[in-house]
Amino acid sequence: MDGRQKGGFRPVHLLLIVPFVGCLWVPFYNRALPALAGIPFFYWYQILWVALTALILFIVYVAEGRE
Amino acid sequence: MAGLDPMALGVFIALFLLVTVLGFFAARWRRGDLTQLSEWGLGGRRFGSVVTWFLLGGDLYTAYTFVAVPALMFGGGAVGFFAVPYAAIAYVFMFLAFPRFWSVARAKGYVTGADFVRGRFGSRSLALAIALTGIVATMPYIALQLVGMEVVLAGLGIHGEWPLVIAFVILAAYTYASGLRAPAMIAVVKDVLIYVTVIAAVIVIPMELGGFGKIFAAVAPGKLTLPTDALANPGAFSYATLALGSAMALFLYPHAATGVLSASSRHVVKRNAVALPAYSVVLGLVAFLGTMALAAGVKAMPQYADGFKTFGNNYAVPALFLHMFPGWFVGVAFAAIAIGALVPAAIMSIACANLFTRNIYREFFKPDCTPARESQVAKIVSLVVKAGALAFIVGGQATAAIELQLLGGIWIIQTLPAVLLGLYTRWLHPRALLLGWIAGMAAGTWMAGASGFKAAVYVLHIGGLDLPCYAALSSLVLNLIVSYALSLLFNALSNTRADQTATEDYA
Repeated sequence: MDGRQKGGFRPVHLLLIVPFVGCLWVPFYNRALPALAGIPFFYWYQILWVALTALILFIVYVAEGRE
Repeated sequence: MAGLDPMALGVFIALFLLVTVLGFFAARWRRGDLTQLSEWGLGGRRFGSVVTWFLLGGDLYTAYTFVAVPALMFGGGAVGFFAVPYAAIAYVFMFLAFPRFWSVARAKGYVTGADFVRGRFGSRSLALAIALTGIVATMPYIALQLVGMEVVLAGLGIHGEWPLVIAFVILAAYTYASGLRAPAMIAVVKDVLIYVTVIAAVIVIPMELGGFGKIFAAVAPGKLTLPTDALANPGAFSYATLALGSAMALFLYPHAATGVLSASSRHVVKRNAVALPAYSVVLGLVAFLGTMALAAGVKAMPQYADGFKTFGNNYAVPALFLHMFPGWFVGVAFAAIAIGALVPAAIMSIACANLFTRNIYREFFKPDCTPARESQVAKIVSLVVKAGALAFIVGGQATAAIELQLLGGIWIIQTLPAVLLGLYTRWLHPRALLLGWIAGMAAGTWMAGASGFKAAVYVLHIGGLDLPCYAALSSLVLNLIVSYALSLLFNALSNTRADQTATEDYA
């Protein structure tokens, strides 16, 4: 007995690794092109990942509700 | 420096008066017995999803954020944008761990992270270390909110210390009277003003400046992205470690814990982890204000020369607004920033007061104190904390506050093994956690000191590689190694625990 909550982990939680890869693998997005409405790739890609992180959290939240 | 604009000043003062009235009125909102610490200091744990969203948004995205992030973009270019990935992945940590924290705190009546550590590991010294870390990491953060306010006051043409003193005395008075209900209510006004300002700014200013293409053309080519050498400093590696380390530290700050614990259920915490990234999108747009200030060329304009001389690049956003907006909207935008300083300053001082009262005063001085006495001590400490921050800034120690805040991030992350991992396991030995904390604090402080407390990134030399790494992250790794290695040893010697929590308390 180590105080670990039983049934806390579900496979859908693996999705939560994705934002770390998307946000932190810097060499992938460290470029200016393609720009979006004049905003270099480096910047709009990271703002897009804020939205995608929220979307992934939402998917996990909904999936957790269906136990 | 800019002269007084009556229109801007009038709007600014009107909005400031509005939130002052709200702050005092808040005591009557969802009325509770304010002589209880969980009522004064946690709003009675009754805030639903929407109020929590405003409260945490107002709490985590501070006035200093709105001044300093664009200032970093203005001066350093791409490297300043790390705040955006940081403000995305922080919510993964919030989503995973903090509903558990909420549940165990509710089950056991915990008000602070140190309360939890005390109950989970049964160690007074470890809980004291966690509480002191929280207090010293948060105090300079409060001082920085004053810096944010000082910058916009100067932009309005108001100089001297007295306006800052008045603002803080008013803030102290309604925080004392209303507790956490005051910033929760004011946060709604603050966040609406911030959203209006930022949305107007990212529509109007690019139109005036000829589009984002022209705006980003003003950035020096070497600063538009990070250097292609990933191990350059700044470079991709230091950028990623800054984002990850800051994200791990964010919810360990006492004011974040206070916000989370004031929620009415664990589902409110989860839903907010999903909804709060909306603020991070705004943060990304706020960062662009620094680039816009660069493109507008405000630094070369004589009317802003004094401001830049006094505040450095922190004056970029006020100068941009003064240059681009009509007087009345300057008043709205500056009020958004100034009120944006009040909300986190109130919550941070409440969080420090909760820590002092629960984990130092009651633990070491008055174990038998009544709940009413506990709440009274917390109210007085919240005044002392704000007075300290005010004295610091009025005393001209703004640079020291910035350096201490940089250290604060490195310090607060050292509570991660006890607080965050403690939510999942009690295998770690309290004495090992304490020694890990000491190792992490010492190493992190030393690494920051190597740059004269100017840079948070320290270059590690590992196997012939030079790795520029955020000192919070590398010192946390040391902390974890010490905590785990010594836990093996101590557990082998004596594996007894005084855990007051049970598995079902976390669900």
